[in-house]
Amino acid sequence: MKRFLLPLAIFVVMVGFLAVGLTLNPREVPSPLVGKAAPDFSLPQLHESDKVFSPKELAGKVWLLNFWASWCNGCKEEHPVLMQIAKSGEVPIYGADYKDTREEALTWLRRWGNPYQLVAVDEAGRVGINYGVYGVPETYVIDKAGKIRYKQIGPVDQDVLEKKILPLVRELQNQ
Amino acid sequence: MMRIWVLMFVMAIPGLVAAQEARPLAENPQAEARLRALAVELRCLVCQNQTLADSNAPLAEDLRREVREMIAKNMSDQEIIDFLVERYGDFVLYRPPLRATTTLLWIGPFLLLAIAGTALVLAVRRRQNTLPEVIVSEADHQRVEQLLSDGAKRP
Repeated sequence: MKRFLLPLAIFVVMVGFLAVGLTLNPREVPSPLVGKAAPDFSLPQLHESDKVFSPKELAGKVWLLNFWASWCNGCKEEHPVLMQIAKSGEVPIYGADYKDTREEALTWLRRWGNPYQLVAVDEAGRVGINYGVYGVPETYVIDKAGKIRYKQIGPVDQDVLEKKILPLVRELQNQ
Repeated sequence: MMRIWVLMFVMAIPGLVAAQEARPLAENPQAEARLRALAVELRCLVCQNQTLADSNAPLAEDLRREVREMIAKNMSDQEIIDFLVERYGDFVLYRPPLRATTTLLWIGPFLLLAIAGTALVLAVRRRQNTLPEVIVSEADHQRVEQLLSDGAKRP
């Protein structure tokens, strides 16, 4: 009986590793930008194309930066949650329209509703690269000092909103 | 004979056309070679098992464009890699750097090899010790002889 003990132990360890591996999502690559200053940019606005938007304007505020696109399915999925945040007025959401066309983006917002204070147009996806975006939707929580505090990869759902984003936003707002 | 020459000429036409189409890439062959060398070391974050060179994902195209621009700006390979690592983390590298968090990844295989080797040596030694010392007596030898000769006699 004793000679089976070691293989059994190895087996249990392997199962342990594999079980942990199964719960990890390979699409969630931890961002090195969390804790660092949000990259600055200056992009034209979606609704008023002659105006620009820069994150500097929001210094002293806690805000969300949401990368989205009209062609993106996950964005439709998280859209009701964003609408809910906008309605509650707890934290302002600024959109970055990622590699999209102006008309389609405007149509999309007219059709489903606009949760954004303002949308910036990142047509070439360069600002996206600076933020380490590799698939929309991605949402960043940015603090009063302009630092990225959290990055949500993929759609924001009710669970993430209530357990991670809102508690963090409240904490940052009280700082 | 003439016909073969004509045929060969006709067959070469698509080649000429293709060569013309590829010209923008070949304009700066050195830069393209650098891009290719860099792109095979970098991971596409959308289709994670492909390199930046293989992937047709829009993000991979954008990143190749960025890398191309950085090459045009005369940035060193290390600077370009640092640019991407700053944004996407070590995950963009196909060869992960040796860090505190990646030690298991680097040492793990050798560790497993050492464990397996030690286990093998121990198992072989233990088996040698447990093999009973067999003493073959004179009577046994005679019995073997007897059995073998009996067997040989059979048709």
